[in-house]
Amino acid sequence: MSDETTARHGGLQRRLRSIGFGSGRFATGNLLRANAETTGMDPKASEPETVTTDTERTAGSTSSGGVDMATADAPLGTPRVDDAVIEARDLDVFYGETQALHEINMDIPENGVTALIGPSGCGKSTFLRSINRMNDLIDVARVEGDLYFHGKNVYDEDVDPVALRRKIGMVFQKPNPFPKSIFDNVAYGLRVQGKDDDVEQKVHTALERAALLDEVEDKLDESGLDLSGGQQQRLCIARAIATDPEVILMDEPASALDPVATSKIEDLVEELAEEYTVVIVTHNMQQAARISDKTAVFLTGGHLVEFDDTNKIFENPESDRVEDYITGKFG
Amino acid sequence: MSIDTDAGTAETTEFEFDGSAIERKRLYGKVFLGLCIAASMVGIVALIALLVDVLTEAWGWLTWEFLTYPPSQIAEHFDPENYGSLDTGPAGMYPAIVGSIYLIVLTAVFTLFLGVGAAIYLEEYAPDTEMTRFIEANITNLAGVPSIVYGLLGLAMFVRALQTGASLLAGALTLTLLILPIVIVQSQESLRAVPDSMRQASYGAGATKWQTIRDVVLPEAVPGIMTGIILSLSRAIGETAPILMVGAATSMFTPPSLTDPTGAFSAMPMQIFDWARLPDETFQHVAAAGIVVLLTILLLMNAVAIYIRNKYDRRG
Repeated sequence: MSDETTARHGGLQRRLRSIGFGSGRFATGNLLRANAETTGMDPKASEPETVTTDTERTAGSTSSGGVDMATADAPLGTPRVDDAVIEARDLDVFYGETQALHEINMDIPENGVTALIGPSGCGKSTFLRSINRMNDLIDVARVEGDLYFHGKNVYDEDVDPVALRRKIGMVFQKPNPFPKSIFDNVAYGLRVQGKDDDVEQKVHTALERAALLDEVEDKLDESGLDLSGGQQQRLCIARAIATDPEVILMDEPASALDPVATSKIEDLVEELAEEYTVVIVTHNMQQAARISDKTAVFLTGGHLVEFDDTNKIFENPESDRVEDYITGKFG
Repeated sequence: MSIDTDAGTAETTEFEFDGSAIERKRLYGKVFLGLCIAASMVGIVALIALLVDVLTEAWGWLTWEFLTYPPSQIAEHFDPENYGSLDTGPAGMYPAIVGSIYLIVLTAVFTLFLGVGAAIYLEEYAPDTEMTRFIEANITNLAGVPSIVYGLLGLAMFVRALQTGASLLAGALTLTLLILPIVIVQSQESLRAVPDSMRQASYGAGATKWQTIRDVVLPEAVPGIMTGIILSLSRAIGETAPILMVGAATSMFTPPSLTDPTGAFSAMPMQIFDWARLPDETFQHVAAAGIVVLLTILLLMNAVAIYIRNKYDRRG
């Protein structure tokens, strides 16, 4: 397997290099280093980030199509954005001996939907779970590199993962409501986070935002497990937004649902994106195309191959392999 | 390999519709089924035979007075026909019943804290190291140690070293040691059966480990844990060897004091053992009546276990 991976990796690097020369400006390596320096010196928020992009803009790049944003990191497309909330820098994740993610460099902009797509086992879920440090719960998982949330490296010693998860909510692949009442399910986050003033009001608001209130208003005391799969997943979304996090991570939230329930979830995601930063992992490319603003394509072996505006990725990707994947030639 | 495939396709062109080749395998299946039914019948028949025997022996001897009066050395005192003509009053097993119940309540309290505490630590907190696995393997081994060994341990540790004397406390602690391994293993299994997605959901909602365990994991695991504890306790209530070693009295004429667990005590199995070894044939009926009382309490405890399991299994 490792042979295969290295072969692919080699191929990818060749392609990267050729694109680097094609744009006639730089070798990828230099900019990678420059990038590392800038992240090193911006412990606070987005201001230095803008500076970086400005310098890069003056350096001038032609490699990225639609947006006038510099390509600096390893992946193709525009992995840097102005209003980044989350910035991954050379992020490696290992499960024991296996490396699940290779030097991920990408920014996730504030608000809007960022989709992570790619074939099974490509590391997209791993990346998602490294954002709110859910990988900490796996004994053998190990993270190297940096991941900044509002300019603060979440893997710093002084970051409490619980505090981080209170800022970054999560919705899982399989609906996983607690075997408690619908009300208690939504109130759970509020209670554990000590935000238990006005719980009733907050629960109602969350259910309403999750487009579930009409269906469950009369039976808030009934078990969350008695709901249908799609309702359960919306309940889980309500649970995630009840505590008003900034970012919502969704790990294939509709993969276990039928088309009708899926489209409800999709509508909901688009609505939530007006207020929240949504990062969504999906297997379903049409779904990514429909609901996301930005799309990151991960391919086998845990490499981020291309990250750009969703339109760009689906209409005119830079990488041939991304094109092959999107058009269904593999994956 | 390609040759094999060719041969295979050539053979399968002929098809035996009567299934005669399968018939023999079906017969094996029937024989196997018969053996399995026979095996399960052995247990049921033995149990029924035992129950019928004990019930016929105890018939007529099991009275309300038997439950509420202290025992006697004289067999006639137990006979319901003589109740009216006795100056001392009828005889029964009241002190032993109270002793047993008190013993089991104390054991339940100790087991609940020690067993569930150990299980939570091992399952939720302990790192997955050689040491943890060593401890877990040994707990499983301890479950197989004969109860008389626990009795000797209790004698040395509680009665002698900790100076508890032949008391209820020593008995309860010894029984706790006896059932602790089973309770720990059972509780661990219940905790492990809580789906990981529940824990993830809780952590994802910003809960700490303690909140996750208290609010999500334990409520899910409680039915399994309680069932394990109650079934273990119903094993403990019938144990004779450990309390014999610790020094429970064979017969007590007054029930143990409920405010003082350091006093002497008797328990139902001890009392039954005492009656069963007496030469007078009348005592066989008395012992049988005692067994019926013990079995009834035991079945009641099991019923409670099943009730708890069903009640919480309906989920939320």
